[in-house]
Amino acid sequence: MVEDWKSYEPLIIPDIPNLHRIEVYEEHDGYRAFRRILDNPEEWSRTNVTNEVKAANIRGRGGAGFNAGLKWSFMPQPDERPRYLACNGDESEPGTFKDRNIFEFNPHLFIEGALIAAYAMSVDVIYVYIRGEYIDWVRIFEKAVEEAYEKGYLGEDILGTGIDIEMYTTYGAGAYICGEETGMLESLEGKRGYPRIKPPFPAQKGLWGNPTTINNIETLANVPLVINNGADWYQSIGAEDHNGPVLYGISGHVNKPGVYEYPAGMPVEDLIYDVAGGIRGNKELKALIPGGTSTPVLRADQLEGVSMDSNSLRDAGSMMGTAGMVVLDEDTDMVDLLWRITHFFHHESCGQCTPCREGTGWLEKVLLKIKNGEGEIKDLDLLLDMTTQMEGRTICALADAAAWPVRHTINRFRDEFEERCKKSVHAVA
Amino acid sequence: MTEQELAFTQDELDEIERIKAKFPTNKAATLRVLWVAQEKYGHVKPEVQNLVADTLDLPRSHVHGVASFYTQYYKEETGTYVLDVCTCLSCQVCGGYDILHHLEDELGIKAGETTEDGMFTIQEVECLGACGYAPMLQVTNGVYANNLTKEKVDKLIENLRKGKKPEFESMVMRQNEKRKKELSQ
Repeated sequence: MVEDWKSYEPLIIPDIPNLHRIEVYEEHDGYRAFRRILDNPEEWSRTNVTNEVKAANIRGRGGAGFNAGLKWSFMPQPDERPRYLACNGDESEPGTFKDRNIFEFNPHLFIEGALIAAYAMSVDVIYVYIRGEYIDWVRIFEKAVEEAYEKGYLGEDILGTGIDIEMYTTYGAGAYICGEETGMLESLEGKRGYPRIKPPFPAQKGLWGNPTTINNIETLANVPLVINNGADWYQSIGAEDHNGPVLYGISGHVNKPGVYEYPAGMPVEDLIYDVAGGIRGNKELKALIPGGTSTPVLRADQLEGVSMDSNSLRDAGSMMGTAGMVVLDEDTDMVDLLWRITHFFHHESCGQCTPCREGTGWLEKVLLKIKNGEGEIKDLDLLLDMTTQMEGRTICALADAAAWPVRHTINRFRDEFEERCKKSVHAVA
Repeated sequence: MTEQELAFTQDELDEIERIKAKFPTNKAATLRVLWVAQEKYGHVKPEVQNLVADTLDLPRSHVHGVASFYTQYYKEETGTYVLDVCTCLSCQVCGGYDILHHLEDELGIKAGETTEDGMFTIQEVECLGACGYAPMLQVTNGVYANNLTKEKVDKLIENLRKGKKPEFESMVMRQNEKRKKELSQ
């Protein structure tokens, strides 16, 4: 757990006006990490860069928390095929609103990180996929890409090294499933965002069948920090086994909602009561969804001593997810909340797999019945049974993500759900 | 407009060429060219989908499949302004439904409908990634209106009737004092 966070100075989005402009970014040591690599190709061979990032253990910030450098190392040896880096800026997990800050306030840090990743994996083309709703941020980000091209960081013969890397920005048109990495690849290929069966994994067969790595925007923004300061330095920030800075998106019933940058492993209570100014209207905390809709809700009494890192949250019975924390006060109706969550997943299921397409719909229908006071106690057990029928039986994790909140919200707030159910209509002899 | 009358201008075709250049296949440009078409016609009804398919030399069924999969494409004509009210998770618990119901009352329509004068369409939508600024809505796939109250919504409607759209609002992190100060100057 991190205790000395009050003196922490943001690294991903530092407090520097106009940092989104390339000349300001350069004045503040921007593109130094990338230049250092290009200037010392022996010290910073592609393998060494990958190893350094692997040693830093940047846990993927898109939700899965996988070691980014390790992911890079899954790319096969270069052959005649083109190689791709696909950057996931779909950001559609409810409760998550962090990457848009990077596009708006420090886009070049991300571009530099993506360039370093592209160098390490011998990638030819970087695609940046941003959700369609973020069109204003797409336009802001496109300007940054243009600047990077003008300065010679992107394109052909980058800074005279003979290395060619293109970066193309594109955007979706409204579909949560395109945040799933292979759903995003399908969308980049101009199709419906149907997740793909794995294996083959994207490193073997990704975009148009070619080697592809997918990283989250915030994950890549961490990369220049690692190259500039070293893996050991990076490891010294945050919690054990979960390092580096994290953009915490805090929303719901707090006085000061917003995105905050602090080390991984922040005490949950400090984030809620200190950073985010406590619960609105001096109400009591009821529950927390720690990292976006899919992560299991925790009751207030489960939060004592818990910190925002994968180990602590796992022990508490949840997950880090995207660190999009939704704070819920004592007046929150958990039945209504869960019904709305199932409505979301039903709406966003891509429809490929039966357990998900049908299951999410039935979760919503049964919860609507309970919400309207028409449910019976046995419906709660039916819901729990359905979650086990859905989990692990589909191509992607959307069904799991829909099942977990149902299971954990019912189990952790069972009284509230039972209270909403009607009495048995069967006469007892 | 009949199908024969639908066509992209030379400028639009040039833009489509620039989009195509980003990808190794024509198919990959589908989403973006649907956006170009929606920008032009305000919707992508079947005849517009066909125009996109024919321009990219793709099966019409493919373009229809894509257009119908993604929620931001309008498959029917909409009002001049489409108000996408988020009611998902953080917006739900911060009064998103109050905003939606207020709009429904004020405009005399329900979510999914368009006002008789053709000015407004209301839609209830899933998370738009503005959870810290809830409740919020998005105007016609464009600008976000954050931290809404009923009064703010009334003002927004009044302004939109005059053709005045809200401006992009930069949500600076509370930790970034210098940046905030600079923005306010």
